[in-house]
Amino acid sequence: MTVTTTPDLVPYEDALATYDPVMGLEVHVELGTKTKMFCGCSTTLGADANTQTCPTCLGLPGALPVVNEIGVESAIKIGLALHCEIAEWCRFARKNYFYPDMPKNFQTSQYDEPIAFNGYLDVQLEDGEVFRVEIERAHMEEDTGKSLHVGGATGRIHGASHSLLDYNRAGIPLIEIVTKPIEGAGERAPEVAKAYVAELRELIKALGVSEARMEQGQMRCDVNLSLRPHGRQKFGTRSETKNVNSLRSVERAARYEIQRHAAVLGAGGTIIQETRHFHEEDGSTTSGRVKEEAEDYRYFPEPDLVPVAPSREWVEALRAELPELPLAQRNRLREEWGVSAHDMQSILNAGAIGPIVATINAGADAVSARKWWMGELARNANEQAVDLGSLPITPEHVARVSALVTAGELNDKLARQVIDGVLKGEGTPDEVVEKRGLKVVSDEGALTAAVEEAIAGNPAIADKIRGGKVAAAGALVGAVMKATRGQADAARVKELILEQLGVEG
Amino acid sequence: MTDQNHIIKLTAAEIAENIASGVLTAVEVTEAHLARIEAVDEKVHAFLHVDREGALAQARAVDEKRARGEKLGPLAGVPLALKDIFTTEGVPTTVGSKILEGWIPPYDATVTKRLKAADVVILGKTNMDEFAMGSSTENSAYGPTGNPWDLTRIPGGSGGGSSASLASYEAPLAIGTDTGGSIRQPAAVTGTVGVKPTYGGVSRYGMVAFSSSLDQGGPCARTVLDAALLHEVIAGHDPLDSTSIDAPVPAVVEAARNGSVQGMRVGVVKQFRGEHYQAGVMQRFDESVELLKSLGAEVVEIDCPSFDLGLSAYYLIAPSECSSNLARFDAMRYGLRVGDDGTKSAEDVTALTREAGFGDEVKRRVMLGTYALSSGYYDAYYGSAQKVRTLITRDFEKAFEQVDVIVSPTTPTTAFPIGERADDPMAMYLADLCTIPTNLAGNAAMSLPCGLAPEDGLPVGLQIIAPAMKDDRLYKVGAAVEAAFMEKWGHPLLEEAPSL
Repeated sequence: MTVTTTPDLVPYEDALATYDPVMGLEVHVELGTKTKMFCGCSTTLGADANTQTCPTCLGLPGALPVVNEIGVESAIKIGLALHCEIAEWCRFARKNYFYPDMPKNFQTSQYDEPIAFNGYLDVQLEDGEVFRVEIERAHMEEDTGKSLHVGGATGRIHGASHSLLDYNRAGIPLIEIVTKPIEGAGERAPEVAKAYVAELRELIKALGVSEARMEQGQMRCDVNLSLRPHGRQKFGTRSETKNVNSLRSVERAARYEIQRHAAVLGAGGTIIQETRHFHEEDGSTTSGRVKEEAEDYRYFPEPDLVPVAPSREWVEALRAELPELPLAQRNRLREEWGVSAHDMQSILNAGAIGPIVATINAGADAVSARKWWMGELARNANEQAVDLGSLPITPEHVARVSALVTAGELNDKLARQVIDGVLKGEGTPDEVVEKRGLKVVSDEGALTAAVEEAIAGNPAIADKIRGGKVAAAGALVGAVMKATRGQADAARVKELILEQLGVEG
Repeated sequence: MTDQNHIIKLTAAEIAENIASGVLTAVEVTEAHLARIEAVDEKVHAFLHVDREGALAQARAVDEKRARGEKLGPLAGVPLALKDIFTTEGVPTTVGSKILEGWIPPYDATVTKRLKAADVVILGKTNMDEFAMGSSTENSAYGPTGNPWDLTRIPGGSGGGSSASLASYEAPLAIGTDTGGSIRQPAAVTGTVGVKPTYGGVSRYGMVAFSSSLDQGGPCARTVLDAALLHEVIAGHDPLDSTSIDAPVPAVVEAARNGSVQGMRVGVVKQFRGEHYQAGVMQRFDESVELLKSLGAEVVEIDCPSFDLGLSAYYLIAPSECSSNLARFDAMRYGLRVGDDGTKSAEDVTALTREAGFGDEVKRRVMLGTYALSSGYYDAYYGSAQKVRTLITRDFEKAFEQVDVIVSPTTPTTAFPIGERADDPMAMYLADLCTIPTNLAGNAAMSLPCGLAPEDGLPVGLQIIAPAMKDDRLYKVGAAVEAAFMEKWGHPLLEEAPSL
């Protein structure tokens, strides 16, 4: 194990009192295309190792790449949604470096001719303020395979006895989106970073080009950060924190690096240009590879691929098909749902906008759709550390549960049990109701019998009620509910009790 | 049973005809060639791998097809020698390198597939300079190939195995690849015919890459018509190769059957003569130009000043691309693995494997290319070379405004002795002086025999160069020249080669 030394950190407010942070964010998005970027292999996650490979994505001698047109189309859509210019002509380039899980020992990427460039993304902060993040470029490339280091501690290469290579991921299309330096965010820099990644994720999902699930690595963020003293123009030396893979982590990593840089600079030290690893456990970063010894990637145009020259007609057709962009959608929904900017931000951060809208489209009312996704389901997703979209429940399921409640067939408590059953894979809401026997008891005969039994078993309370203390009915309702295992409609139970005792409600 | 010595002297067209008409069976033809290989290949060493069983199985399938009355393709049952740079499913593919020793590809190259689909019988895989880097086949990790005209001399390279197999009658057809002249120069020094099609004319899928933007597979044969028949089988658009041209294949067979230069304008490049050219080579070339005139062609001298820079540009572009193409040979997934004893890192295993698995010329070019692409040098080297490439392309464009084809010697000298240039890479590189511009510009060219040099009695090649996608012109002119020489000599040039 590498020894992790936590350097002294300057308190956040003190760091900001002296320095302005400058950030650069690089986000990799794995596209949701059916096939890989340069071959016809499937991109489905979770298949057995090396079963989704062919001569091309294994880099076998003689094999050649062919560009996936849907990959190019997705890149153009992302570029357009980010208000970028779309190149009339651009090429792929080879980025040459060695790594065992990279089949050809070069990554087919783009270098000085990205497909999209010069754009921006407006992001909304917690208080509703809008911050414009400028986009340098978005370019197409391919993912690498995966290494699994066996025999060492915590799956790291250090101390491992051997490594296993899985090339299923090799060649899956990636879009890398790079911001221009983000300046002027001041103390809100970490919040801007988080809001940017959240907004980008919404955008990607709205475009339908990827599910953008961060916990599955479908979206990965590198946070580049430097500090400069107030009033200075020149940027300081940056650190590059790699693979920060949740919204919260993006914010924490930026915050940590601000505090660490300030500590180093404040002590008269210099920041080393290096890559750093982020640690989820304590929110710290540790030194990775020093960039001064960085490899020379020897980029040159990929001779195995012809240039990509999207016709203007195609680009305009794609522009015309762009869906409503997330920020505009949120502003509209905020009005329709009548929620605050802060609540909307929470809904966004939970990744719940899509599911809620889909649930409403499936017939639920806005309040209950929001209640389920932001309550029971958000809690569940948090516990499992997955995105809402990864839960094994569909908006249609949630809408059905909501409908059952409205129809009086489920009460709130039972509905939660139904949701629990669906999440546990017991089937659709109706199947769970059936299997678990979760119907509200509306059989008046059975209910009347239970009420009579409760009155007979609690004569003292019954007398109190007869004496006009209607509030005491609660205890009898509780007894009936217990007897019916919660499946009775509590309001109806109370009516029956009062009826039986001859008291006006 | 027909005499095997008769069978091996037949052209591919004749063999196909004989099989179609039932005079010969494909099995007979294949056995004759396998017997010839058995008899002479110990001396020639054209083959790295002979696929006896596979070839006979293919031949039997052709005979069965015919017995069932099915229609046979124009080269059905004709044996062929395949350069060991094309992947062959289940049959070793080494590219002449130790680093791929023992590798059995799991897939067929598009060229391999098309040959099989056309019922061409693949006899085996031929020797070559390692990764196609060389002009003599001496860079093969598996030992050199001898030139059937004089076994102490080189058969050209990189496709020396393919050219030698033709000149020694081990096969009537062969496939080569041409990055800087690797089809044409071997054809020239062995008295055979070789064609580098227009770049993108023949799929590169499954052809192990040396320099992707220059590599081009093509046909090798003993006659112009045979080359055309093979050209039609292997050419045409392939969706697996993005650089493959999506257009009809030029009508090369038709052109080969109707040879003529009557009324054609033929260019002679001013730059293609001088100190590096052997006197006897120039003598035969000049006679060929006279012959063209006598056949009704108009000869025009053309100026292509950028051609002088061709060799320099080539030796930046080809090594640059190869430094990246060969990076995949890292001992992780296939081929040789050295030093994997459980104590070394992946990087160390890769380094040891490459040290043991790559030959000197390959290492030289990988280092040259790595340097040329490095940050700070890219513009001066790779960038400038690409500009030269554009200039050469323009020289061709300008020339082809004045002429229909260009002719030149294929290579400045006849076959040199094995070992003579082995330690002098610059001298070796000069062999490709006249062939390289075509690779840089991506157009088409052919080499065919035009006589023996008086001073050494060795074959001289005439190169014909056509514009891109005008490959048919090569065959039209080539067939006319071939016919005229045949009339003059009274027999094919190869008959003057000593018997092995």
